[in-house]
Amino acid sequence: MTITQSKIRRDARPWASSGPVVTLISFAGFVAVWFLAAYIADSKLLPGPVEVVEFTIDEAVNGPLLSELGITLWRVAAAFVIAMAIGSVIGIAMGESVVLNRWLDSWLIVLLNLPALVIIILAYVWFGLTEAAAIGAVALNKIPNVIVTLREGARSLDPGLDEMARAYRMPAMERLKHVILPQLQPYIAAASRTGLSLIWKIVLVVELLGRSNGVGFQLHLNFQLFNVTAILGYTIAFVAVMLAIEFFLVQPFERYTTRWRNRPV
Amino acid sequence: MNVTRPVGETGRFEIDIAEKTYTGANGVPVPVIRDFRLQIKPESMTVLMGPSGCGKTTFLRILAGLDHNFDGSIEMPEETRIGFMFQEPRLLPWRKVRRNIELVADEAFTEEDLLILADALNIADKLDVYPGELSLGLARRAALARAFATRPNLLLLDEPFVSLDEPTADRLRRLLLEVWEARPTTAVLVTHNPREAVMLADELVLLSPRPTHVLETVPVDVPQNERTPAMIEEIYSDLLKRYPENFAA
Repeated sequence: MTITQSKIRRDARPWASSGPVVTLISFAGFVAVWFLAAYIADSKLLPGPVEVVEFTIDEAVNGPLLSELGITLWRVAAAFVIAMAIGSVIGIAMGESVVLNRWLDSWLIVLLNLPALVIIILAYVWFGLTEAAAIGAVALNKIPNVIVTLREGARSLDPGLDEMARAYRMPAMERLKHVILPQLQPYIAAASRTGLSLIWKIVLVVELLGRSNGVGFQLHLNFQLFNVTAILGYTIAFVAVMLAIEFFLVQPFERYTTRWRNRPV
Repeated sequence: MNVTRPVGETGRFEIDIAEKTYTGANGVPVPVIRDFRLQIKPESMTVLMGPSGCGKTTFLRILAGLDHNFDGSIEMPEETRIGFMFQEPRLLPWRKVRRNIELVADEAFTEEDLLILADALNIADKLDVYPGELSLGLARRAALARAFATRPNLLLLDEPFVSLDEPTADRLRRLLLEVWEARPTTAVLVTHNPREAVMLADELVLLSPRPTHVLETVPVDVPQNERTPAMIEEIYSDLLKRYPENFAA
């Protein structure tokens, strides 16, 4: 009886809520609006989608797009790994220890509210226009966010499971792997999600201010030339890569780590 | 300060807790345990019974080494391996039942041992599912399997059959006895249920209300597997007469 009921409900589900169809129509709508706006504006400052995609392909085949993209991605990856590693360790420690939290909390609030631009400028001024200063500045912008998220995660750890692990004398590494990290998974996922988007935005600023390559540098160059087609072209290429990372790396990983739930993500 | 003194391979457990207090929400210390002295016989089932909220769980936590903040001493064999069955199953929901057991199992515990144990507890077909798919009764069995897989020399059971329907609880009690008799282990079980206490205990320890201490230790001499329901009723009504406060259901 219940089986038939749920079957009916699934069949009756309106097309407006079924996944891929909605995504496709919504995307097509966006392109249409863009196309129309470009057609009405009829200006060099708002090129249409066809023109931009043509530029992107041409720049990828004949221009530096791929290598610039690669350099920027490397910076994103490096800053991401550093921020996640340092932020997770400090965040978990602050969540577990009330004393440590009291000591570091005000530092954290300062760092959270320090504008990204200030950190970038100071890093360049103090450490020179180097790769390390660039990546370090980006990581430092992201670290407080990771700390706040993971601290919340550490505070919500189940004391019952912790007691179980201690009663059974589980070694520290085993406890981390089987008891603590699985509980922190949603928090790590949240920090990674917001982390990737925040980091790639800041990486472009860092490149714009003090690097001679990367997507940010190209945007800077084309801004001076008022070449909006190139700016949009680079943006599209980068967004495409980030979407690919989301769909082919982040989401499958999340499905894998939540497979034990009745309704995996 | 407390001392937890290992006393070699004698298997003796001697507990002497002078005082254990909690700091209440209003900052006033509340004594939970006072002058609690108990000797646990090796390889026997000691059942603690007392009014609810009398500090039984606190006592088990101290015995398990989870709480060192008390005055007194506990003597126990060196390298005591503990199997703990909590009120809730406390399985890791993100690990399959098999992994939950293997993660804490004794080093010499083989796949074959696992299958024998799972078979005895009727969960052989549940080893490869996640705990979220199990009913409470089945999850309790998995938790029991985990406790035995450590090959404990001290098995602690904190109201392990609470909030199960009576037939399920009864089946589980029999399974517990079966597995326990196959490998006699020093066990301490805490319960509210007087019939359960009479059914399982070698020694019944009656506790006072908070701050709790031992009122009386009552040995039950008939082996568990020879206790018929009629005999259990008889022992129970006899105890009810002698200790009305502790046995009024």
